[in-house]
Amino acid sequence: MQLTDFVVPLIVVGIFVYATVKRVDVFSVFCEGAKEGLQTCADILPALVLLLVCVGMFRASGAVDALTELVRPLCSAVGFPAECMPMVILRPFSGSGAMAVYNGIAASNGVDSFAERVAAVLLGSSETTFYTVAVYFSSVGVKKTRYAVPAALTADLTSWIVCGAVVTLFFGAG
Amino acid sequence: MKLIMVIIPLSALIYSVFNGTVSELSDSVLSEAAGAVTLAISLCGTMCLWCGLMKVAEAAGLVEKLSRLLSPLVCLLFRGVKKGSRAAGLITMNLAANILGLGNATTPLGIKAMQELSDGSSATDDMILLTVLNTASLQVIPATAAALRTANGAVSPMDILPCVWIVSVYAAVTAVSAAKIMGAVSRRRAGNCS
Repeated sequence: MQLTDFVVPLIVVGIFVYATVKRVDVFSVFCEGAKEGLQTCADILPALVLLLVCVGMFRASGAVDALTELVRPLCSAVGFPAECMPMVILRPFSGSGAMAVYNGIAASNGVDSFAERVAAVLLGSSETTFYTVAVYFSSVGVKKTRYAVPAALTADLTSWIVCGAVVTLFFGAG
Repeated sequence: MKLIMVIIPLSALIYSVFNGTVSELSDSVLSEAAGAVTLAISLCGTMCLWCGLMKVAEAAGLVEKLSRLLSPLVCLLFRGVKKGSRAAGLITMNLAANILGLGNATTPLGIKAMQELSDGSSATDDMILLTVLNTASLQVIPATAAALRTANGAVSPMDILPCVWIVSVYAAVTAVSAAKIMGAVSRRRAGNCS
């Protein structure tokens, strides 16, 4: 048993209890929300098919392995699994693409491996930066986003180093 | 994005011809397409659970509660936003929805906040700060990552939580600092020109 084992049950129970106190119709509101979740899954499926095929082809050809070996010296210098580099590069561009890359890493390195955990943390702690910037600024008709992209990418392109270090700290090096 | 869709499969084909892995390549096309459906279905349960839970949290007023807590921080970070103004309210609501992982609520609130901040022509420092905070993904529960881990058979999919929180906070702090520094530099440059 770990402390993190409490997080999910506590959130579930906490929200239900709080909502009941606030006289929310938990059952019907939950179902309404769950339906949105179902919709999301259906919405991402076409993109997921395309991206899983593309990423899968790239992986099956052996090109990913070759590129991984290419960046391995740089990555191992900072304790980052080279297998996760495609994730760092693709994450700011495409959410479904990052999901596809994650799935490939989990399949070839095994779930609960160092590389798989690093990939999951990267996926969970970042956003589709270019998409977000585009949506937010196009909503107000601003084309020149000045330093928005550089500032956001400063975070995206340095957090992978932190990510490798943090996962090593919690789970040991791969 | 359009270009990536051409470059990746094309380079895969060329590389596999030289690498002698064309049969693996051919297998992967069909199996990955079929696998995408399996993946989407196994994601469904977790996604529905979190979307449902967060809808309940939203209905119970947790977004408003959290945004009240965030209000002092927002007033500190956003120089041009006055306390109690409409823009301040929208920004705090947007960040609260972001933290709770309410994807469907976050973007409309963010867009409304952008419209409130906009001066009609250029990207202001506050607009960039809001966007950058949204790209840093300050989620308490990384629902998609957890759903993917569950789908792949992780023993305890949420054991990455502390790591995700640390990296998210790092990314947010770095993004805000970078935005503040770049903003100051661009203001100084503009000052020299006039």
